[in-house]
Amino acid sequence: MAEAYIYDAVRTPRGKGRKDGSLHEVTALELASQQLQAIRDRNGLDTSLVDDVIMGCVMPLGEQGGDIARAAVLQADYSQTTSGMQVNRFCASGLESVNIAAAKVLSGEADMAIGGGVESMSRVAIGSDGGAWAIDPNASIKNYFVPQGISADMIATLYGFSRDDVDAYSVESQKRAAKAWSEGRFKKSIVPVKDSLGLTLLDHDEHMRPSTDMQSLAALNPAFAAFGDMGFDAVAIQRYPEMEKVEHVHHAGNSSGIVDGAAMVLVGSAEAGKTAGLKPRARIKGMASIGSEPSIMLTGPSAVTEKLLKKLGMTAGDIDLYELNEAFAAVVLRFMQALDVPHDKMNVNGGAIAMGHPLGATGAMILGTLLDEMERTDKATGLATLCIGGGMGVATVIERV
Amino acid sequence: METFKIEVDADGIALITFDVPGKSMNTLTLQAMKDLAEIGPRLKDDAAIKGAVFTSGKTTGFCAGADLNDVMGALAKTDAKAGFELVNGLSNALRAIETCGKPVAAALNGLALGGGFELALACHYRVAADDNKIQVGLPEGKIGLIPGAGGTQRVPRMIGVMAAAPLLLEGKTLRPQEALGMGLLNAVVPADQVLENAKTWVKTGGAVQPWDKKDFKIPGGGPYHPQGAQMFMVGSAMLRKSTYGNYPAQINILKAVYEGLQLPMEAALRIESRYFVKTLATPQAKAMIRTLFVSMQELGKGAARPAGIAPWEAKKVSVLGAGMMGAGIAYVQAMAGIDTVLVDVTQEAADKGKGHVEDLVKKQASRGRMTPEKAEKVLGAVHPTSDYHHVKGSDLVVEAVFENRELKAKVTALAEAELSADGVFGSNTSTLPITGLAEASVRPANFIGIHFFSPVDKMGLVEIIKGAKTSDETIARAIDYVLKIKKTPIVVNDSRGFYTSRCFMTFLQEGVQMLADGYAPALIDNVGRMTGMPRGPLEMTDDVAVDLAYKIADQTAKDLGDAYVRGPLDDVLKALVVGHERFGRKNGKGFYDYPENGSKTLWPGLAEIAPVKIASSTPELVAEMKMRLLYRQAVEAARCMEEGVVTDPRDADVGAILGWGFAPWTGGPISLIDTVGAAAFAAECDRLAKTYGPRFAPTQQLRDMAAKGETFYGKAAKSKAA
Repeated sequence: MAEAYIYDAVRTPRGKGRKDGSLHEVTALELASQQLQAIRDRNGLDTSLVDDVIMGCVMPLGEQGGDIARAAVLQADYSQTTSGMQVNRFCASGLESVNIAAAKVLSGEADMAIGGGVESMSRVAIGSDGGAWAIDPNASIKNYFVPQGISADMIATLYGFSRDDVDAYSVESQKRAAKAWSEGRFKKSIVPVKDSLGLTLLDHDEHMRPSTDMQSLAALNPAFAAFGDMGFDAVAIQRYPEMEKVEHVHHAGNSSGIVDGAAMVLVGSAEAGKTAGLKPRARIKGMASIGSEPSIMLTGPSAVTEKLLKKLGMTAGDIDLYELNEAFAAVVLRFMQALDVPHDKMNVNGGAIAMGHPLGATGAMILGTLLDEMERTDKATGLATLCIGGGMGVATVIERV
Repeated sequence: METFKIEVDADGIALITFDVPGKSMNTLTLQAMKDLAEIGPRLKDDAAIKGAVFTSGKTTGFCAGADLNDVMGALAKTDAKAGFELVNGLSNALRAIETCGKPVAAALNGLALGGGFELALACHYRVAADDNKIQVGLPEGKIGLIPGAGGTQRVPRMIGVMAAAPLLLEGKTLRPQEALGMGLLNAVVPADQVLENAKTWVKTGGAVQPWDKKDFKIPGGGPYHPQGAQMFMVGSAMLRKSTYGNYPAQINILKAVYEGLQLPMEAALRIESRYFVKTLATPQAKAMIRTLFVSMQELGKGAARPAGIAPWEAKKVSVLGAGMMGAGIAYVQAMAGIDTVLVDVTQEAADKGKGHVEDLVKKQASRGRMTPEKAEKVLGAVHPTSDYHHVKGSDLVVEAVFENRELKAKVTALAEAELSADGVFGSNTSTLPITGLAEASVRPANFIGIHFFSPVDKMGLVEIIKGAKTSDETIARAIDYVLKIKKTPIVVNDSRGFYTSRCFMTFLQEGVQMLADGYAPALIDNVGRMTGMPRGPLEMTDDVAVDLAYKIADQTAKDLGDAYVRGPLDDVLKALVVGHERFGRKNGKGFYDYPENGSKTLWPGLAEIAPVKIASSTPELVAEMKMRLLYRQAVEAARCMEEGVVTDPRDADVGAILGWGFAPWTGGPISLIDTVGAAAFAAECDRLAKTYGPRFAPTQQLRDMAAKGETFYGKAAKSKAA
């Protein structure tokens, strides 16, 4: 049976997704193409072996519009025979892209493909693409649409996570990320972003606040209470009438940061790896996607994980390490609660609360982080998953070879 | 043309006078719609015409909107395609006027509502008389319809989505000055200058609407403009917050605006017409139009009045008891010009009642709804006293003392001593049977129940209760009185709790029963609100008073003796009232706690009285709970129909919505049963009875109706025809 292997994974450091962020002056095209170049150059890769490049991008408009993957392939001076495709699975786009690349390899359509993603949130603002889901009353009324932050607060309310719980999780995320950086645990994947003179613009995740503690977080006001007052709390309560009210516990300090970044994962068959003279780092053991209840929206990770583990004949305990995107603290707390996953197997090097969540790229980033950590601590099996707008989940299980 | 008359003057201005023959008020009849379709082509093609002015030939106003009987009748007989063509035909007729290439003005010399205002909006210029009594707007949404004929499209294009929302969704009507301020009118002038103003404008006016110009932008932005996007996102949430998704009209209005604003006008009008036809086909629209429009109008004209009895007018009415209720009754009477004697035990108590009247008057005056002269007149009509001699000469006495049989008997005797032989005595009781109270009367034929709802100045319903000996003449007089004070009367027969209180209590009881069953209290009240009831059953019990609910249950148990089945509901009420002195909102402690600053929160101690077994919901569970709460009331209303407590489905439905706020989207409990169908309703009730208890058991009448495929309204129409 055909297998799909991961041969390499790279990512940019994450720049603050604001006008004063270090990557604000870099185009999304440049972010993506530098990572493609890194994949090529680190591996001495003949790019004509790469059949396709699939890139997640959640705001595909303006400079990120018009199939940025193909533009990046050409910008990176890949062989013109390498095609490019942009996909949008919201926050899981990066992982979905790797899964598509793997599926192409598994099906024999491609021998080698790159899955990854790019998002310059400082240059193309989140939410600027509109979308029927939130705006067309045909969709929003029927499906009890609420903004994601309200969904995260719904999870906290319904599953009993207090403000202290979510803040404590976030303090730990910052601590873990700081420790991981200080020990150089991300070294293998990080490819600094260069300017047009070839000088380094950014070589570390600049969103982190290692000094974060419970007191500093306590000073932050709930970010979604105002949305709630506009009517979204009422919508949430009509979907889950067991809530007397929505507890607004999430804020900027316990939600994922807005950042710029890109990441790429090189996937190929055993044979293609041999042809390219590469040694596989991991096998993609299984992949899955799922739809979940759209109003609470962010409970897809446990659902898709259960689905995938069942397909693989595994249990949650069989997984040595987990990476679940820290979109909001309650999302991770709920996942650990639902699947009884201990915190020391989950996001051991911190996550998006500390380092940020460049929407289209994050899925590929956390897969790379997972693989690096599996190699560093000699673990066999890992699972990466993300919660997704509209109520979905995507997951991938990898094992080292 | 039958309904419009065109006269072209020396300046080439066509004066188009709207005047539906044989009607006191202009409405858009099918004929008027047909005629309107001729006007656009005529304006365009007649070279002698340079411009046009629409006006009305009636003194009653410009146009009150579509003729609902005509339009509904026509649409009921057609399929979707023909329905669309009829509705969109009117839109096309107005569009042809709008694009005739010549300036067209609307001279609004009176009210312009619904289709009437939509006609005006299709004109290039609108001027109205400066008169606060004139209303303009699109009230279609209030009775389950959507504004057609371009209303959902022109208003947001004219003033933006945000400003348009309350006009379209809530059907908020405007006075001319308000409409001018919002940009829906171009000018407001003294009544005698309206026509001239319009003609003057036509001489120099432009003939292209803003949205037909190339550089047009929707004020505030359309759906995918950054600002507009936010508006639509929040708008849907606000709509769900206020309507719980129960009203297809409001949802369809928002959809029509969203979809239409992204299109040129002709396509936008087609979108609107489709949603109009779609909305009209919903059971909600049909039920709401029948109850809130047709039946309300009929009851408001005294439909329940026994035939052949001469009209009667209450000129002087005494009110016994100057508490909140009595004072409220005095206020509405004085507002209607009735000379009112307000009697209480002491002069001080009576004066306090008049003080309450004064507060209400001041509130109206301060909001500009009452002139100082009128305020003085109203206050002058209320005479507080402790002396029953002042009752003398009253046409009617309304007793509004405490719900105590002995007290009521005593004041009945005192008042009747002063009342003339044919004077009517009305008792405002919500619970005590009238036949029993009438035993204290020396002329029980003139004794009747006149049940007001609190607060009297706001609540539109009065429940008239016939005692065993009440005469038809007395009923007719009570109805005449209620109509005079501008309330809607329903007439019911004597029974425990009559009609409204009896059915309403079942809603509260079912909620408390759910609590006893182990449903989380938040779930109960949230689902209660989601049914379309104004509040959840637990919070409503707090408002009514928990100790009162307990007393009523206790009294019922005593009255029924062995027939009363004590249940967990009684235990919950007893634990609250006796065990914890939680009497409801009035002592700040009930199912909820009522902190002085801040909103109420559920009392945590409830979990000890009724341990929670069902703490999370599924859509299926919610649907089942909704059904319990609504069907429990509906089956009680069906019992009232079977027992003859109410005899007319219109009384039952209007009384339910106006009296205790029964979910208006259903059109009332009887409409709900008719909509579901007697067979399906009875089957569900059988299932509910099996699951939750015999209180859900359907009546024999429902089973008979189910067997024959009958509906309540169908039966009523048949018996009226017979």
